[in-house]
Amino acid sequence: MEQVAFFAGAIGALGGAIAVILLRNPFYSVLALVVHLFSLAGLFLLLHAEFLAAAQVVVYAGAVMVLYVFVAAYVGGIEEPLWDAIPGQRILAPLVAGALFIELSIAILASGLESLGSEGPTIPLGFGSPEAIGKSLLEDFLIPFEAASMLLLIAAVGAVVLAARRPPLDSPDVEEPSILNPPEGGV
Amino acid sequence: MSANWYLVLSALLFSVGAGGVLVRRSPLVILLCLELMLNSSNLALITFSRNIGNADGQIFALVVMVVAAAEVVVGLGLIVAMYRRRLALDVDESRGLRG
Repeated sequence: MEQVAFFAGAIGALGGAIAVILLRNPFYSVLALVVHLFSLAGLFLLLHAEFLAAAQVVVYAGAVMVLYVFVAAYVGGIEEPLWDAIPGQRILAPLVAGALFIELSIAILASGLESLGSEGPTIPLGFGSPEAIGKSLLEDFLIPFEAASMLLLIAAVGAVVLAARRPPLDSPDVEEPSILNPPEGGV
Repeated sequence: MSANWYLVLSALLFSVGAGGVLVRRSPLVILLCLELMLNSSNLALITFSRNIGNADGQIFALVVMVVAAAEVVVGLGLIVAMYRRRLALDVDESRGLRG
């Protein structure tokens, strides 16, 4: 039963990942990534990471993917030129990726760590539950937790500043009102 | 299922993401491929956490998720800013960092 669940999740994750890089339309790539994230959430459940699986579905497949869908719809289909910017890029890139996979696999399988061949120790009840994660977040990892909240705040402010309305590059004289230089007399 | 299966799957997903970053040129799809790589590393972290029997690795994965969310927000803000300024949405076109 566990094998069936693992292979279903693995095929979904791998198929979604390959679809992300092969589909020409960025909008479909985003949808393929949603499939990939849902399959990964299933694999997280198999590994007893219940809270992370829920966070994966809610935060990633829910919130982050909605952002991607909005931007993909706003920007529209981006036509990628067919010529290679670097000669042979389309042949070399899969070769490099394949070499990377072989290298990583050798590093994993030849590591000599015996526990990697097993399922791991029996874990206590409630391993990876929201209760356990919350407890270690607020007791052992309080400073990383606060740093993460600061990082999110900075990212939100940065996104507002970056996406603020600015004049296009070819007409630098026209001053458009923006957050950075508001119009005279207030908004 | 032994941990090796999960780790090899994670390596495979990471390679697919890395190949995507190398071969695609639309910044939006490159961001998606970065997500693939970050998620595969999350899978490896959670596998090791399960294999050792210590849930601290899951905190690492949670922090990776937060960093990925921050990266997505800034990256998408950059793409929207590029689009608004009518710059070509092609990473080979916009190589210079002149403001």
